[in-house]
Amino acid sequence: MKRFMTCIECPQGCRLEIETDGARMISAAGEKCERGPAYAKQEIEAPMRTLTTSVLTRGLELKMLAVRSSKPIPKGKLLEAMDAVKRITVTVPVRAGDIVVSDLLGLGADLVACRTLTRL
Amino acid sequence: MMKERELVIVGGGPAGMAAALAARAAGVEDVLLLERDQHLGGILNQCIHTGFGLQHFKAELTGPEYAERFVGRVRQDKRIEVSLRSFAVRFTKDKVISCLMPGAFREVKARSVIFATGCRERTREMIPLPGSRPAGVYPAGLAQKMINMEGWLPGREAVIVGSGDIGLIMARRMALEGVKVKAVIEIQKTSRGLVRNVVQCLEDFGIPLYLQHRVARIHGRDRVNKVDVVKVDEELKDLPGPGFEIACDTVLVSVGLIPENELLEMAGAEIDRKTNTPVGAGVNFTSIPGVFACGNACKVYDLADWVTRDSELAGRQAAQYLAKTEPPRL
Repeated sequence: MKRFMTCIECPQGCRLEIETDGARMISAAGEKCERGPAYAKQEIEAPMRTLTTSVLTRGLELKMLAVRSSKPIPKGKLLEAMDAVKRITVTVPVRAGDIVVSDLLGLGADLVACRTLTRL
Repeated sequence: MMKERELVIVGGGPAGMAAALAARAAGVEDVLLLERDQHLGGILNQCIHTGFGLQHFKAELTGPEYAERFVGRVRQDKRIEVSLRSFAVRFTKDKVISCLMPGAFREVKARSVIFATGCRERTREMIPLPGSRPAGVYPAGLAQKMINMEGWLPGREAVIVGSGDIGLIMARRMALEGVKVKAVIEIQKTSRGLVRNVVQCLEDFGIPLYLQHRVARIHGRDRVNKVDVVKVDEELKDLPGPGFEIACDTVLVSVGLIPENELLEMAGAEIDRKTNTPVGAGVNFTSIPGVFACGNACKVYDLADWVTRDSELAGRQAAQYLAKTEPPRL
C-alpha cells in the first residue's frame, strides 16, 4: 500500500513516498536526509510529538513559564498531558532545562523549563 | 557633551543579540544594546513552540531556549551594555538616538548603528475584511502573547484568517488549550506557512484548512458571533453562490508582517514603500553609511536561524565600518 507523508522533522518538509503493509513501513523514498525514513517509520507505527506549552508562575519575574517535554510523547496523549500540565503553578526560580514535572503521566518524558526565571 | 558610543544596536531580539556578539568578536570594544521590553529575546519569548536552532545549533529548540543561548553570552560580555525598558523614539542622520526609559530620557551619539527592530503585524484594517467592529478580533501574534505569556485565552471558538506560520502555530496552540479552532481560511491556493506546520498544527488536530476561500464578513455587535466565508476563483474574486457561515467568538488575523523602519525613515534613509524595508547596497545596508538594518527589519525571514546568520554579518559589517572610519586618537 502506497502512502504520502510530509516529514515534520525540519522546515524543509520533505514529501515522502511510503510503502506499508498497513501497520508497518516497508520502504520510504523522497527524503533529503536520514531523519525522513526514521520519522515515517515512527509516524506509521506510533506517532510522537514534543509538547510545548506554558504554565502559570507565582512570585517570579514573568507570569508564565514556557515548558516542553524532554522528548516526544505519543501524539494521542497530548491533550491528556495538557490537562495535567494546566494544574501546575511554578513558585520557585528555575533555570533552562530544570525539571518541572518528572515522568509526565508515566510516559517517560519530563516536563522541563525552557528559560531561566528569577524571583520578582 | 553628549556621550559618543562606538556601536548602538536598537532591539534585543535574535537579530540584535547576534549582531552585538558578532560585532564584539570582530573587535568592536563598545556596544550599547537598547531593548524596549523588560527582557532580552524579543519575539522568541512568546514563540514557545519548537523548530528553532536546527540549522544554527543542530538541535531542535523552543524560542525561549534559542534566545537563552544568546542572552547568556550577551550578559557575560562586559563591553555590551544592555539597556532594558529603553524605547528608541528618534534618530537623526548624524546618528543621534533618543531613547525613552522609565523616568528618564537619554540621548546617545553613535559612530555606527544597527537597527534590529523586527516587524509589527498587519492588522484587520489592512486587508479587505468588512463587517462590524466587535471585540474578539486579534492579530495572531498578539493572541500568542496573551496565551503564552499572560495566561489569557482570547476566546472559546476561533476562526483563523490567513495560513502563515503564526496562524498555523496559533491554531495548534489554541487547540491544545481547549479552544475549538473551527477553520483556517486562506485566500491563496496554497498555505503560506511551512508544510510541516500544516501537518503538525492542523492535520494533527483535525482543523480544516479552506484554501481559495476568504472571510467575507465578520458579524457580531459587542462580540464576534460568526463569520461569512466564500470561495474565490483564480483572480481572488468571489465565486457566485451563498458561501457558508461559521459560528465563532474569536477571529485571529494572520496576514503578514511589516518591517519596522520608522526610525530609519526619520533620519531620511531610503525605504522601499512596498516592503517597508531599507534600500541599500546589499543585505543589511541602508542608504546612510555606517547605519545597518538586520533581521526582520531588513527582510521578513521564515527561520530565526537565518536571522542569526545574517545578523552576525551585520555585526561584522558594522565592525568593518568602524575600523575604516577610526577617529584620530589625540
